[in-house]
Amino acid sequence: MEFIQTLLANELVVSIFLSLLPLVFIIVYALVVLYTEMKVAAHIQDRVAYMRTGWHGLLQPIADMLKLLQKEDIIPDKADKLLFRLAPIIAFVGTYAAYAVLPFSSIYIGSNINLGAFFLVAVGSLVVVGILMAGWASNNKWSLFGGVRSAAQMISYEIPTAIAIIIVVMITGSLNLQDVTKFQDGGIGNWVVFGGPLPWSQKLMLMPFTIITFFILFVSSIAEVNRTPFDLPEAESELVQGFNTEYSGMRFAMFYLSEYANLFTVSAVGVALFLGGWSSPFGTFMSGPVWGIFWFVAKAYVFVLIQIWVRWTLPRLRVDQLMYVSWKVLTPWLFACLLAVGLILVL
Amino acid sequence: MSAVGTYFYSIFHSLYTVVVGMKITIKHLFTRSATVQYPTVKMKIPERARNRLYVNIDDCIGCDQCSMACPVDCITIDTIKSTPDVDLGLTSKNTKKRLYVPRFDIDIAKCCYCGLCVWPCPTDCIVMTDVYEFSEYDRKNLIYSFSNMTADEIAGAKERLKKYDEEQAAKKAAIAAAAAEKAAAPMTPLPPKPELPAS
Repeated sequence: MEFIQTLLANELVVSIFLSLLPLVFIIVYALVVLYTEMKVAAHIQDRVAYMRTGWHGLLQPIADMLKLLQKEDIIPDKADKLLFRLAPIIAFVGTYAAYAVLPFSSIYIGSNINLGAFFLVAVGSLVVVGILMAGWASNNKWSLFGGVRSAAQMISYEIPTAIAIIIVVMITGSLNLQDVTKFQDGGIGNWVVFGGPLPWSQKLMLMPFTIITFFILFVSSIAEVNRTPFDLPEAESELVQGFNTEYSGMRFAMFYLSEYANLFTVSAVGVALFLGGWSSPFGTFMSGPVWGIFWFVAKAYVFVLIQIWVRWTLPRLRVDQLMYVSWKVLTPWLFACLLAVGLILVL
Repeated sequence: MSAVGTYFYSIFHSLYTVVVGMKITIKHLFTRSATVQYPTVKMKIPERARNRLYVNIDDCIGCDQCSMACPVDCITIDTIKSTPDVDLGLTSKNTKKRLYVPRFDIDIAKCCYCGLCVWPCPTDCIVMTDVYEFSEYDRKNLIYSFSNMTADEIAGAKERLKKYDEEQAAKKAAIAAAAAEKAAAPMTPLPPKPELPAS
């Protein structure tokens, strides 16, 4: 950080430079995940996916992106033009704002505020505003359905996510994700999912509850990014892509980018809260600021891969099943975990 | 099962089934793909598959049987009779060719690949090949002409046939005239029959 500050020698330039770093990361990462997703999807179905553009189709995501950029930007005649234009921007801004508090490395975090986790939950909900806006502005029944479903789903699944975050905050004693990560530094045994760096007696008692909490956070984060098996807002087979239906070209690309960026955000939040963020699983071995970026991205990428794997395995839930899972399964179990963790920490 | 039992059972059952499903998909992730890289690698097609038609025009005797068998009328054949002074040669089955075939067009766009034209051919000159990639931008390009006769040859054949026909007509007329002349001549009485000896 100091190095960059001396290099650029201007407070404003430095902050602009640092705030643009995640954007570069998102774009590169989106291309990688696009490729991975298509390849994993294809191989799960015994196909091979792209093979012609570059070696094993490695250039295909770039070609896809170029195609989306030069496509015609269509706005329906009866659409609410202002909201229609605004919606993808709001969705992407919501997603991008969350990157401000992700601790990529011990020396890099966009904004080192002490309300990091809280900010994440608050700003993450901005995406649903964008999606609902897109559904409403499209003036299309399918899109509206998609938007409304998305809102209902997000509201339901914010609660398990928030409670899971509270449980971690209770253990670590901080809302700042950088502090949460530092708390877990020093090897795989110190990760919150295995009870954190507490005395062994407490750790063993905490472990079942933290594992359940982590699992529930993972499930609800899949629901929050609207992916199969919780992809009811998009549901290509029943809602023809839901809120995306009327979007084309650049605006569609923004929704797409925001979806993949969100995918990384939720994985990264799970990693930062439960799996030690940027800290190396081998203690001091392979640790340091640059290794930190590697560990953080690698751990999150594993969860992105699992989400892709889940997507191409499970069928879509019904709307009532979706609500059942959130309100009758995840939330009560998390309350039980919250109670248990609180008691153990008091002991 | 009680309501509480059902609740816990359904949770653990759904988790179990998710694990089963994910085990299946990960197994497929690492098995060999079934895809064939089509334009570069081609699958072997069955031995008796019916695809594009081919006509070996050297063997064609212009009998028109394939055209008549065709249910969609995609084969058009014109023929010109040959004159006795030219020898069109033999087919590979040693059938003597008696007709020129100035036009043998197959509109492959109409063809329904039934193969009914193949069986009646007495010289086995119309066959189904294994070519199946012949898309075109213009439908007219799908009309295949198999005749190898040039315009000059066709004109020559027609000319010769016309001349021959005229000659034949003249000959016929001559014969007819001769016959008529004969018929017009006064009847000569038959020589008297020799009388039979009385028995």
